[in-house]
Amino acid sequence: MNIVEKILARASGKSSVAPDDVVFANVDKVMMHDVSGPGVLKVFDKLKKQRIEVDKLWDPAKVWVAEDHFVPSADKLSAENIVKLTDFTKNYGIEKHFKYGMGQYGICHTLSHEQAMVMPGDVYVGGDSHTNTTGALGAFAVGLGHTDIAYVLLNGNIWFKVPETYFFKLNGKLPEHVMAKDLILKIIGEIGNDGGAYRTMQFGGSGIDEMSVESRLTLCNMTTEAGAKNGIVEPDQKVVDYLSSKGATNFNLVNGDDDAEYAKVFEFESSEMEPIIAKPFSPDNTCVVSEAPSVELDKSYIGSCTGAKYEDLEAAAKVLKGRKVKIRTEILPAAISIYQRAMENGLLKIFLDAGVTVGPPTCGACCGAHMGVLAKDEICISTTNRNFPGRMGHVESQTYLSSPMVAAASAVTGKITDPRDLI
Amino acid sequence: MKGNVIKYDRDNIDTDVIIPGQYLKVHDYAELATHAMEGLDPDFHSKVKEGDFILSGKNFGSGSSREHAPIALSHSGVKAILALSFARIFYRNSVDGAFLLPIEIGQDAYDGISDGDELDIDITRNEIKNLSTNQSYKMKPFSEIIGKIIEAGGLFKYKPELD
Repeated sequence: MNIVEKILARASGKSSVAPDDVVFANVDKVMMHDVSGPGVLKVFDKLKKQRIEVDKLWDPAKVWVAEDHFVPSADKLSAENIVKLTDFTKNYGIEKHFKYGMGQYGICHTLSHEQAMVMPGDVYVGGDSHTNTTGALGAFAVGLGHTDIAYVLLNGNIWFKVPETYFFKLNGKLPEHVMAKDLILKIIGEIGNDGGAYRTMQFGGSGIDEMSVESRLTLCNMTTEAGAKNGIVEPDQKVVDYLSSKGATNFNLVNGDDDAEYAKVFEFESSEMEPIIAKPFSPDNTCVVSEAPSVELDKSYIGSCTGAKYEDLEAAAKVLKGRKVKIRTEILPAAISIYQRAMENGLLKIFLDAGVTVGPPTCGACCGAHMGVLAKDEICISTTNRNFPGRMGHVESQTYLSSPMVAAASAVTGKITDPRDLI
Repeated sequence: MKGNVIKYDRDNIDTDVIIPGQYLKVHDYAELATHAMEGLDPDFHSKVKEGDFILSGKNFGSGSSREHAPIALSHSGVKAILALSFARIFYRNSVDGAFLLPIEIGQDAYDGISDGDELDIDITRNEIKNLSTNQSYKMKPFSEIIGKIIEAGGLFKYKPELD
């Protein structure tokens, strides 16, 4: 069995599973945020009317909660949602609630690794489509809707069809100034925005061995944009070291068998990659930066679970050091712990000296919620994950997706720019 | 199940156009319905009727896990989406929450059904009859688990131990 099949067999109490089997898998961790949490509460209200018991969760210790989409509260309604979420966690005895304004908080997917909330081999479900991110730690990490999360909270398990696995063999180390984001945009561009639909996208090969855990998180995060059920990387010593550095001690690595089977194997020469962008209005609408259209940008946005981890900020700082931005530029570290490291290591000074506005961790403008959304006809380059019509604001705005280095270089010139042309 | 078709002749209708991100903070189902399809068709709310079907191309519902998307469509009166293919979270949310039926169709049905046509859909026989043209098409049968959850009326009413 491959790694996903082994995790699902263990979680469903079977000796083996195969693609297309339907299993009820026991869940190890479940996450919800300030959008999916209130959504789950609505499901609980419906269930009460149907006389289904919702007084107790199956295991509050396995549940954790983040405030990320609408913090700092955008308006009265989002403030009320935070109150509802807080009441919810209190009433049900959920202790792990990362609250805005109280020390560590941030985007849920970023907390999943920064706080080591998820362990290798876990079945981890979250009320958000980018839950796939955390597969980089070797977990089966899957996004679900409110009804399914409510079901998990009450029953501790959920049904899955065992997915087929597409294996992406990545060869060689990425060149300097080329990032995991470039690589995953390349892959999505080739297989299409439903090219991984219903499947696992597993990454391996020497390209993965050479890659940091944070870069692997970027790959797995964007598997959602190929329609995949989940993304995963087999855990290695780098994952062990990463989790240990976050204070995690008690975990076991699950790996696939030597004779693991994959529905399809794709090969990509990561050592030959160059900077890539996705043009409006789909993450699979890609081209290399050297062939990017010559548009006048209005804004550069470096934020989100995809593009504002510490490594992402460090990459942006390399480009922005000693330079000035020509267009409106916002950098929003994805968690307070990252913000703090950025301060301690001088990145914030580089950003502020360059003229960038540094904001608090939030999903904010990535999903068009608040904090810097786009006006009609505005054009943005962004380290986020999606560029559907209206994704970051007005339905007639446009978003180009890129790596943090390309977004930083473009901030300096006001045009879509290859960082290698500046450095 | 009879109803009229609203056809969007395109692929990749994503959750951001079905219900834009600014409404994620809204959890009132009736209010969500007033913003359904706002990112693609601002007239949708005024033209949709109880019992309507939406017909579209491949990868319907791609993107976010927001259950707001099937909720907004269902509370607008939409009973089923007919599409060449679906994105997985939208599909599963539609079924597990018992909001609407995600029906996979073939290219023949997609090409043969026009905006405004009246359909009669029989999921027990996997048949779609176009009453406006008198043509019939096969829908892709639901997988076993999906069929059972639909029959039960949603995931919470489905009893796996009875299988």
